[in-house]
Amino acid sequence: MGDLVRHAWLVARKDLHLEFRSRTAITSALVFTALVLVVFEHGRDPTAVSTIDLAPSILWVTFSFAGMLTLNRAFNAELENQALDGLLLAPISRTSLFLGKLVANLAFVAVVQVTGLLLFTLFFNVPVWAVWAPLVTVMILATTGFIAVGTLFSAMVVRTRFAELMLPVLLLPFLLPPLIAAVEVTAKLFAGRPLSEVAGWFRLLAAYDVAFVSLATLLFPATVTE
Amino acid sequence: MLSARDVSHAYGSLRALDGITFTLDRGHTLAIFGPNGAGKTTLLKVLAGLINPRHGAVELAGGRRAIGWIGHQSQLYGPLTVAENLRFWASLYDVPEPAQRARQEELIGRLGLARQADQQVRTLSRGQAQRAAIARALIHDPSVLLLDEPFTGLDRVAAEELRRLLGELAAAGRATVLVTHNVEEGTELATDIAFMRAGRFVAFGPRAGRDAAVLATEYRDAVGSG
Repeated sequence: MGDLVRHAWLVARKDLHLEFRSRTAITSALVFTALVLVVFEHGRDPTAVSTIDLAPSILWVTFSFAGMLTLNRAFNAELENQALDGLLLAPISRTSLFLGKLVANLAFVAVVQVTGLLLFTLFFNVPVWAVWAPLVTVMILATTGFIAVGTLFSAMVVRTRFAELMLPVLLLPFLLPPLIAAVEVTAKLFAGRPLSEVAGWFRLLAAYDVAFVSLATLLFPATVTE
Repeated sequence: MLSARDVSHAYGSLRALDGITFTLDRGHTLAIFGPNGAGKTTLLKVLAGLINPRHGAVELAGGRRAIGWIGHQSQLYGPLTVAENLRFWASLYDVPEPAQRARQEELIGRLGLARQADQQVRTLSRGQAQRAAIARALIHDPSVLLLDEPFTGLDRVAAEELRRLLGELAAAGRATVLVTHNVEEGTELATDIAFMRAGRFVAFGPRAGRDAAVLATEYRDAVGSG
């Protein structure tokens, strides 16, 4: 268990270090997030649909696609100079490798989401700060399972010719349950509904996370072995 | 120390390895010569455990931790410096901190990388990157070396230094499997020779003092001009 966590941390730290140096994926995701929010802010008609009704969907569509952008980088860095073969040769378990990648991806997505949320509060007049704690909880719950599945698919498609196209196609069906739940919860939170009304959605998100983090962890070794 | 027993593998209907059997003891170097597409790299990947063969078995004393791999690609991360790469790979192989530093300094000095140690790998020339890859492969002091065309990209001086280093490692008891299409390159180091064609050893045995010229003639007879 100690080795599993230590090796996972080494992989995650290396990924964070790489991204800190190159700043390619995180910059793209942040710029994308800002642009989408700007486009929605200026492209919508506030007299047709109220901000409070539209904002949850805008927030989560932005987070979802920005998340996919960061997922693309997860294994791309390993293809350069065939570093992935080096990782697979190293005496670390495939599970450590997966968990390291998952932690790094979650860290990247967290940075994008926190920045996105700050921009969101600037552009949209919704009561974010009044519900920040349950909102952050739903962000964590809705993101974890989705990123676990995304990390698995990212490893699966990285050696294919159209990896960047394949990833969203494979991932979007798995994204629907947490996306729907997250939008429902966020809409109710912004509308000032009591937490008891969203407890069921929280349970669904937690169950999704447990199921898909476990499944992705179990399946990952098979996806990277020829 | 390393043995393969009746190893066969195929990519779909294409037979890549066909009944490969050999045993390699401490201090021995097996040079495998063959044309492109003979199955040399696939055999190395099977020996390293990167590919599970369809048939047969590989036994390696010490498991994955015992392997040092030098291939076509450096398996290094471009945005990280040479020293950062070596630290990362040493940590993955659980090399303790004081030994890690000493080993790193020794290899950097030995391979003439002192001036490049703090340089990002992506800024290195092909030859420098190959020398950094050799340092990476040796950082954990492996007992079995798997070398896939290790002299590619090295100038004459660096190739000579690598030959000397490999000779010393063999003298210290390391077992080495070296694959190349160039008979001139590997002969000097080899204690055992195999000629490979279409996934099979068409000739295999001790080098028995034969020089590169003799082996080149035998190779042409056994394999063709390649």
